[in-house]
Amino acid sequence: MPQDKSIKTVLIIGSGPIIVGQACEFDYSGSQAARSLREEGVSVILINSNPATIMTDPMMADRVYLLPLTVESIEKILEENNIDAVLPTMGGQTALNLAKEAEELGIWEKYNVRLIGVDIKAIEKAEDREKFRQWMIQMNIPVAPAKTANSFLEGKEFAQDIGFPLVIRPSFTLGGTGGGFVHSKDQLDEALNRGLSASPIHEVLVEKAVLGWKEFELELLRDSNDNVAIICTVENFDPMGIHTGDSITVAPAMTLSDTAFQLMRNTAISMMRNLGNFAGGCNVQFALNPETEGIIAIEINPRVSRSSALASKATGYPIAKIAAKLALGFTLDELKNQITKTTSAYFEPALDYVIVKIPRWNFDKFKGANDTLGLQMKSVGEVMAIGRSFTEAVQKACQSLENNAVGLGYYGKSLMHADEIVEYLKTPKWDRIFRIKDALMMGISVKTIVQATLIDRWFIYEIKKIVDTEKEIAKYKLATLPLDLLRKAKTMGFSDEQICRIMQNGDEEDLYQKRKAAGIRRVYKMVDTCSAEFEAKTPYFYSSFESSGYNESKVSDKKKIIVLGSGPNRIGQGIEFDYCCVHGLLAIREEGYEAIMVNCNPETVSTDFDIADKLYFEPVFWEHLREIIDLEKPDGIIVQLGGQTALKLSAKIHELGIPIIGTSYDNMDIAEDRGRFSDMLKDLGIPYPKYGTAYNVDDAVEVAKEVQYPVLVRPSYVLGGQRMRIVINDDELEKAVVSLLKHLPGNKILIDHFLDRCQEAEIDAIFDGENFHVMGVMEHIEPAGIHSGDSNAVLPAFNLTPLEVTTMEYYAEKIARSLNIRGLINIQFAVKNGQVFVIEANPRASRTTPFIAKAYQIPYLNIATKIMMGTHKITDFTFEKKLEGFAIKEPVFSFDKFPGVSKELGPEMKSTGEAIRFIKDLRDPYFRTLYKERSMHLSK
Amino acid sequence: MPATTEQRNAVLILADGNVFYGKAFGKIGTTSGEICFNTGMTGYQEVFTDPSYFGQVLIMNNVHTGNYGVKKDDRESDSVKIRGLIGRNLEEKYSRMMADDSLQDYLEKQNVVAIEEIDTRALVAHIRTKGAMNCIISSETTDVEDLKRQLASVPSMDGLELASSVSTDEVYHLGDPESPIRVAVMDYGVKKNIIQCLADRGAYVRVHPAKTPVKDLLEFNPDGYFISNGPGDPAAMPYAVETVKELLKTDKPLFGICLGHQLLALANGIPTFKMHHGHRGLNHPVKNIVTGYCEITTQNHGFGVDPEAVRNSPNVEITHVNLNDESIEGIRIKGKPAFSVQYHPESTPGPHDSRYLFDQFIGMMK
Repeated sequence: MPQDKSIKTVLIIGSGPIIVGQACEFDYSGSQAARSLREEGVSVILINSNPATIMTDPMMADRVYLLPLTVESIEKILEENNIDAVLPTMGGQTALNLAKEAEELGIWEKYNVRLIGVDIKAIEKAEDREKFRQWMIQMNIPVAPAKTANSFLEGKEFAQDIGFPLVIRPSFTLGGTGGGFVHSKDQLDEALNRGLSASPIHEVLVEKAVLGWKEFELELLRDSNDNVAIICTVENFDPMGIHTGDSITVAPAMTLSDTAFQLMRNTAISMMRNLGNFAGGCNVQFALNPETEGIIAIEINPRVSRSSALASKATGYPIAKIAAKLALGFTLDELKNQITKTTSAYFEPALDYVIVKIPRWNFDKFKGANDTLGLQMKSVGEVMAIGRSFTEAVQKACQSLENNAVGLGYYGKSLMHADEIVEYLKTPKWDRIFRIKDALMMGISVKTIVQATLIDRWFIYEIKKIVDTEKEIAKYKLATLPLDLLRKAKTMGFSDEQICRIMQNGDEEDLYQKRKAAGIRRVYKMVDTCSAEFEAKTPYFYSSFESSGYNESKVSDKKKIIVLGSGPNRIGQGIEFDYCCVHGLLAIREEGYEAIMVNCNPETVSTDFDIADKLYFEPVFWEHLREIIDLEKPDGIIVQLGGQTALKLSAKIHELGIPIIGTSYDNMDIAEDRGRFSDMLKDLGIPYPKYGTAYNVDDAVEVAKEVQYPVLVRPSYVLGGQRMRIVINDDELEKAVVSLLKHLPGNKILIDHFLDRCQEAEIDAIFDGENFHVMGVMEHIEPAGIHSGDSNAVLPAFNLTPLEVTTMEYYAEKIARSLNIRGLINIQFAVKNGQVFVIEANPRASRTTPFIAKAYQIPYLNIATKIMMGTHKITDFTFEKKLEGFAIKEPVFSFDKFPGVSKELGPEMKSTGEAIRFIKDLRDPYFRTLYKERSMHLSK
Repeated sequence: MPATTEQRNAVLILADGNVFYGKAFGKIGTTSGEICFNTGMTGYQEVFTDPSYFGQVLIMNNVHTGNYGVKKDDRESDSVKIRGLIGRNLEEKYSRMMADDSLQDYLEKQNVVAIEEIDTRALVAHIRTKGAMNCIISSETTDVEDLKRQLASVPSMDGLELASSVSTDEVYHLGDPESPIRVAVMDYGVKKNIIQCLADRGAYVRVHPAKTPVKDLLEFNPDGYFISNGPGDPAAMPYAVETVKELLKTDKPLFGICLGHQLLALANGIPTFKMHHGHRGLNHPVKNIVTGYCEITTQNHGFGVDPEAVRNSPNVEITHVNLNDESIEGIRIKGKPAFSVQYHPESTPGPHDSRYLFDQFIGMMK
C-alpha cells in the first residue's frame, strides 16, 4: 500500500525531560521520524518540553512547540494548526500516555485528528498487564502464572496462591517503577504497597518469578499489510529478573538455537499481527527456560523504545525512520534498505560482529539508594561497543564506560576473599561482570559462578578466555611480551594500558609503539546490515584486529575534522552534548570539511549514520581515538562539544601534535586548573572566592582557616560536582577530606570559601579572537549551594541589577580575551552584596548552550563551531534574540526510582534532565511559586 | 577454540591464489571444495548437515559458531555435508542444556576440517566481488605450493552432478501408511525437514533414490510428486529433467524446492545458470506476487533459473520474486498443478514464513 496522501500534517509527541528509564533515545527516534516524514512531503509539528533535544530544533520540523507535555498544550497546538494525524509511538511511554489521555477526553475526535502507527486499543492491550495476560492466554501463548490485584488484600491472597518467589508489577508505569521481586512472605507487604501506589490506576500484577530463565528481546517492524520483519534479536547477559535497561545485553543472540529462535519469532509475529491496528516498530520480550527451551511472553511494546534505538545502532537499520514511513501507509516491500540503497527494506539484518551494551549507573550520586538491580531500571545511560568477538566487544564496552575501567577488570584495587566474592555475586549489582572476572582470576570455577549468578555459562567461558589471557600476559614484561600473545590479547579487546597494568611494566605509549612496529594495528569494519553480502557505502565503522589487515575505512583526501562525543549519559553530562555535537558536525560539513564523529553512546543522534560524513562507533578512550587519528590524519579535533569527556583528552591530543580546533590546549588548561585560573583572575583584577589546595586533613584545616568557613570541599577534575561538600567547621572538614581521599586516593583537594546566601548566575558566550558575544545571562532562582545543573535558571537575569549584569559581562569578556577563547565559554558567577565573584569558567559548550539557542532561536552551536574553525567571525552573523519575557530551565529529577534517597539538593548535581518553560513576566504564578520555595530543598 | 593451549596453525588458499592463515579446528587434515558463505545467525548444525551443501566449503559470516553445541534432532541428514568450515571464532565450549556434543568433537567425529581466526568479513567481500571459486584448507601442512597443486585438481562446480552422491540408496517411508494422501519424493539430497513438513500435514511419504525409473514412481500411485533440493549443477542432471517431464504428464500435483525448482524450469525449456556467488542465508526477502504478501526466506543456491527465459516462456508464470535483486523465486506451470520455489520453505534453519506452501501442496491433493 503506498503512502496515505490524505495525511499532510503530522504531530509528533516527544518524551519530555530525561529521567531514568526514558532518555535521549527518544530524541533519536523523534528526530529520525521527523526527518523521515518530511522526506515524504509531510509537514511535521512537534511538541517537546526538553530544550536539549535535536528534535526541537527549527531545522527538524515545520513548527516546534517547546511546551509542557499536557493535554492543554496539545489542544493549543491543534487549535493553531490544521493537523491530520498524530504519531504517538516515537516519544516513549510519556507520548503514549498523553495520546491516551487526549483520546479519553475526546480531543483527537474534536479536532478530527487520526492516530497513526497505533490505535488506543492496541496500546491498552499491550500496556495493561491484565489485558496483556488475557490476550496471551486467548492466543495460547504461555505466560507466567499471575493474577491482577487492585487492593492490598487481593494481592496478599494471590501471592499465597502463586507462591514465592514472585514479582509485583504495577500497571502503566515507566521503566518498571514500583516493581520488585518478593522472595519471602516478610517482603510482601512492603512490595505490594509500593507497587500499588506506583500504579496510576492502583493495580499490580502478582506474578510467578521465572528467576534464572534466559531473557531475549526481539525488535520488529510491521506494516499495514501485515508484513513483519525481525530487525534484531538481543540476548540479555543477565538472566530474568533484571530490567532490560539495567542488563548487559548482546546482539546477535549468542546462545540461542534456531529452533528456540524460530519459536520466539513465530510467537512474536503472531502477537504483532493480532495486536490490532499497528504499523511501525515494536519490541517483544521473552523468557526462555534453558532446560526445556520453552518460552513465555513477558511483554510487548507497540512503539519504538530504548531497545529499538540500540537495535538501530547495532544493526545499522534505522528503525524509527522506517517506522515513521510505515505509519504513513507505506509497506516494507516498497522501501529500500537505507544502508545498501539497492536492496529491500523488508529483510532481517545479518550481523558479522557482536555488540555489547553495558548500562551506566550513577549510584554515587544517590547516597542511600539500594544498588541492587531488579525490575526497576536504575541506570542513567549506556554504552555500546562493537567487536568481532564477544570478548573484544565486552572489553571495548568497559573502556567506553568512563569509570576508570581500562578493560574488563579492576586493576590495582583490592580483591575480595573467595567465599566473600561468590556470596557477593549472588546479588546483581552494577559491578557484577567485573566481579565475575575477579572470581575467575581467583580460580573459582565456571560452574560455581553460573550457580551463583544464573548467567549462561557460555558468557562465563568467554570471560574466562579473557582471564586466561590475562594470566599469560602477567608472566611477561614489555620487552619480553611475545608478539603472538600481544596479538591475541588485542584481538580479545585488551587495551594497551590494561596490558601494561597487568604486566606492571611499560606504559600505553611504549606498548603502542611496540605493536605498531609489529604491525598489530586496528582495522576498521563497516556496519552494513547484511554481513558483507551486498556492497554498502554507509560510512559507519568500528575497529577490530584482523590478521588480514583488511581495512574498509577508506581515507578521503578532503580536509577533515573529528568531533569527540561525550560517551555515556550520566548525571552532569547528557543529551545536551549530543545536541552540540550534531550541530558541530553539520557546521563542519557546511564549511566544506569532512566531519568525522567518534562516540559510543547508542542513544544519540550524533551517532546516526547520516549525520556525520563518517562515524566511528568507538569508545571515547585515548587508545581508540589515537588509532583513528593515525588513520585519518585529521586537520583538527573539536573537544569543545563533547563535555568534560572530550575535553579531558585534549592534553594527549596536544602532545601528539594534532591541532585542537578553537581554544588552545594551554588556555583550556588554565581554565581547568584551579591554581592557574585564580592566578589569572588575580592578574585581571577579577574577584573570586578565596581558595586553597590540600592533599591531607592537616593542610585542609590550615587552608580552611585561611579562606574562612563555610568552605566548599571538592576533588579537582570532577563532573557535576561529584563528591562536593559544603562544611562549616574543622570536624566536618576532616570527615569530608577523609571520605574524599578514600574514594580518590592521592587526589588534590580544592577548598573554596563558600559565599553563603549569595545569588548565582552564569554566562554563555562566544569569542572569535576579536569580538565577544554574550549568548545569554542566566540567573538562578535558588541561592548558591545548589549545583547549577539542579537550579532553575532564568534567562535573561530577572533580579540582578543592570550594574551587576554589566559587571558579569565585563568580567566574562576579560576572561575570554585573556584565555584567547576561540568558540565557546561558560562562566559561573556568585553575586553577594552587589559584588560579583567569578566561581569557574568552562572553555567549552555547557549544559545551558542548547537551552539558550532554543530560547532565543539562534543557531548558536552552528555559529560557535564556525568560529572555532576560524572560517567565520562573529561579525559575519546577526543575532536577533527572539524571546518575549523569560525562559526558565527547570531541572527534572528521578528520585522516585531511588526510594530512600534524600531529596535534598546541594553542590552535587542530582537531576537527570531538564525542561524549558516560557513565562511572559514575573507575575507568572508558576514562577512565583518557584521563587517562594527557592530555599526549600537546600541541604545546607 | 580447543582447550589445548597450543592450537595448530592452518591455512586457507583460494583458487585465485589468495592465502589466509588461521588456526585449526575440527579434524586435522586437508579438504577442498567450492567456497561459499552463509549469513545466518542461528542454525549452523542444520546448515552443515544440509545435503545441498555437499561439496562446498562454507564460511560462516556470523562471528561465533558452536556456542550452543550440537544436538541430534537438529540434523537435516545423517551426516555433515559441508566439505570444510571457515569461521572467525569457532567455539568448543557451549552452553545448551539440550545439546549432545560440542562443535569441535562433532566435526572431528564427522571428519570435517575447519579453520578459524580468519577475517571472514574480508573473505566474504572478496567472494562477493570475485565470485564463487574453489579453495583448499589444511591443518596438516602449511606448504602453500603443495596445496596449490592439490587445489588445481579440484573439479569446478559448474557442470558437476552431485545429487546422486547424496541421494538415498534405498526407498524409505515416513508418515501414516493409511493416509489418503500419498506423496512420492524424488531425493536429490532432500532435507529431513521437508519430508517431515509433508508427513506433519498428514501425507504418507515415499522417498526415492535419484535415479529411480518413472515407472517405479507411478507404481506407488501417489497423489503428488515432490522434487527435492540438492547439490550441484541442475544442467548436469538430464536424467532428472526427463523424470520431471514424465511426471508432469501425469497432471498430478507437483512441488519443487530449490534444485527441484531448477529442474522444473529445465523441464519446461528454461535454462539455468551458475550464479556469481549464490544466495545463502536466512534473511532473503521474497514477495508472493499472487497474494501480495511478503516472506523472509531461507536460501541456499548457487545456480538460478534464467529470468529472461521465464518471462518469455508461454508455459510458466512467475509467482514469487526476490525483493533484493528481483531474481525469480517461484513459478507455476500454466494449466498444470505444478509449482516450485527457489528458496526453502521448510526453513531449517530459518523463518517459518513460507510453510504455507506445504499446505498449498497438500491442499492440491485433497
